[in-house]
Amino acid sequence: MATPLIQISGLEKAFTTNESWLSQWRFHRGKLRRHKDSIHALNGVNLTINQGETVCVVGETGCGKSTLARVIMGLTTPSAGEIHYLDQRIDHLNNRQRMFFRRRMQMVFQNPYASLNPRMTVYQTLSEPISFHNPQLSQSQVDEQIDELLESVGISASSSDRYPHEFSGGQRQRISLARALSVEPDFIVADEPLSALDVSVQAQVLNLMMDKQEERNLSYLFITHDLAVVEHFATRVAVMYLGRICELAPTKTLFSAPKHPYTRALLSAIPRLDSNTAQPIRLIGEVPTPVEKPIGCVFQARCPYANQRCYEHSPAMTLQRDGSSVACHAIEEGRL
Amino acid sequence: MNLLSVSNLYVNFHTKERELAALIDVSFTLNRGERIAIVGESGAGKSVLGFSIVNLIGKPGYIESGSIKLENKELTKMSLRQLQEVRGKRIAMIFQDPMMTLNPVLTIGDQLVETIRSHTKISYKDARNIAIEKLHHVQIASPEKRFNQYPHELSGGMRQRVIIASVLLLNPDIIIADEPTTALDVTIQAEILQLLLTICRDNGVALVLISHDLGVVSKVAERTLVMYAGHVVEEGPTLEIINDPQHPYTQGLLNALPQMTLPGQRLNQIQGSMPSLAERPSGCAFHPRCPYATQKCRQEQPNFIYSGVSSVACFLVEDMLNEFAEQDQETH
Repeated sequence: MATPLIQISGLEKAFTTNESWLSQWRFHRGKLRRHKDSIHALNGVNLTINQGETVCVVGETGCGKSTLARVIMGLTTPSAGEIHYLDQRIDHLNNRQRMFFRRRMQMVFQNPYASLNPRMTVYQTLSEPISFHNPQLSQSQVDEQIDELLESVGISASSSDRYPHEFSGGQRQRISLARALSVEPDFIVADEPLSALDVSVQAQVLNLMMDKQEERNLSYLFITHDLAVVEHFATRVAVMYLGRICELAPTKTLFSAPKHPYTRALLSAIPRLDSNTAQPIRLIGEVPTPVEKPIGCVFQARCPYANQRCYEHSPAMTLQRDGSSVACHAIEEGRL
Repeated sequence: MNLLSVSNLYVNFHTKERELAALIDVSFTLNRGERIAIVGESGAGKSVLGFSIVNLIGKPGYIESGSIKLENKELTKMSLRQLQEVRGKRIAMIFQDPMMTLNPVLTIGDQLVETIRSHTKISYKDARNIAIEKLHHVQIASPEKRFNQYPHELSGGMRQRVIIASVLLLNPDIIIADEPTTALDVTIQAEILQLLLTICRDNGVALVLISHDLGVVSKVAERTLVMYAGHVVEEGPTLEIINDPQHPYTQGLLNALPQMTLPGQRLNQIQGSMPSLAERPSGCAFHPRCPYATQKCRQEQPNFIYSGVSSVACFLVEDMLNEFAEQDQETH
């Protein structure tokens, strides 16, 4: 089997919540001690992404899916774990060493109103990455590339001297995609690229992303909470909960036979158009904040099948017969 | 008699250059205990419609003409004092972001009690009892404890529950919910929708649900209004609209959903995007994006007609109906 494009193993990320030195001191049993509070956003994530594949990460607010994207892109450094691009480790690189990988990996952000510089024209936005990474190109060659790029995302080349505010939301997201594509990457991380857009415009952007994937054999890590998009677009789906992947499966398998209790609840909660009025599986309580590093299964507090083992030991990902991997004691023990 | 009837409502926004029309000739009715939904993309005017029902349109917006009747009282001509009797007591609103609705410096309890006491003359103790009962009603665990907490201590879903409880305090006849679940996660969304539905059913409260999510609408509303660029383009029973949409825009909107095409296939997109208020095209507002547009669509505004399934404002449907009628006459 070919080496996967991206390989992530044991990735952890903790954010310190009391950053300032003074606020870290507190009295504990009559003594002054220094203590750092942290939020554990990622607790050991393992994931591989193959060439030409779309991996979707789904999960609720605060489960760490955006942190995962930012850590992979090197926008924040991980606390532990490794990220490999082909066979090179990229998680500990400094900015200069990372430059080569920045060309290969690009990111599209959620809100195209915030991710495009309002004071730069579309031409400036696109010419900067192109001429930075290809200093040998002449001005006319750069212009040519920009025109080509704009046309390829369905925006007329004549509007290249306009500013972002002159475009609609869908057009802006297409410009962000053009910016990501401008350096000819082979891996794009898209963090909720559709959630700021209307339904009819979502379809335009999603179509464009699929076209580009076919043209350039791109791989996507697509982060979203919209399961309808996932079902349509993904090759494989990773379901995240409290900083850990609890189920990883090929899309078809996941939607036809969800295994993890959380995946089941999540899928049953989507309001679907068909008149099927199956009651959603109710989860007790809400997603807890990962202030303490969770002991045992991350989902134990809301899981209807939790037993003593779930409170004490964290389940490992186990491969199932149909190709999905699940981290759940109940499934392992055959209770579910 | 209808509980609420909106007829020929025009809402404008005043700008330096000219008046921009946000709602154009909007009419609909709402019966007691009925649940309707207003669907559309951002900028379609659905929130403006929700706000104008209780006359909450702030400057520079204003109601240009038309009438909004609650039973037989005209809301557009009411004084502020009279409106305050209607707002909250007869028609209550739930907004998208619960954190924006709740006052961050007052406890949940204080806000609920204040709401009751500003409308009815009762003691703090009695008001507190009512508030706790309503918190219990919206399935908040240990309401006595929550009563003394501040909004930031609650999660998003819990906050929206508190809002629903506060809306229920005065037993309104109509609840207008403007995207009540957009800020919430899917699992929480499902619970809040279920809660809204049971509350409306049990208490016979009419609901106006404003949403962009057709999946949400199909679970809650009996009737749906589809809005586009300030017009109501289609109105009918929710199931009919979803299973047999008549207006090309509704068709496009439904077809654009990822679940309508096989996985991996290209989605059926609608070209272009909704025009802004300032650049509304002539004739039917949807014609630049409509695959069936004709010369007539570019020049004239279609009327609202009943197609047998739903009411639609589209020349295509109108022509088709006329054709059927002619054929009918010929056979007789």
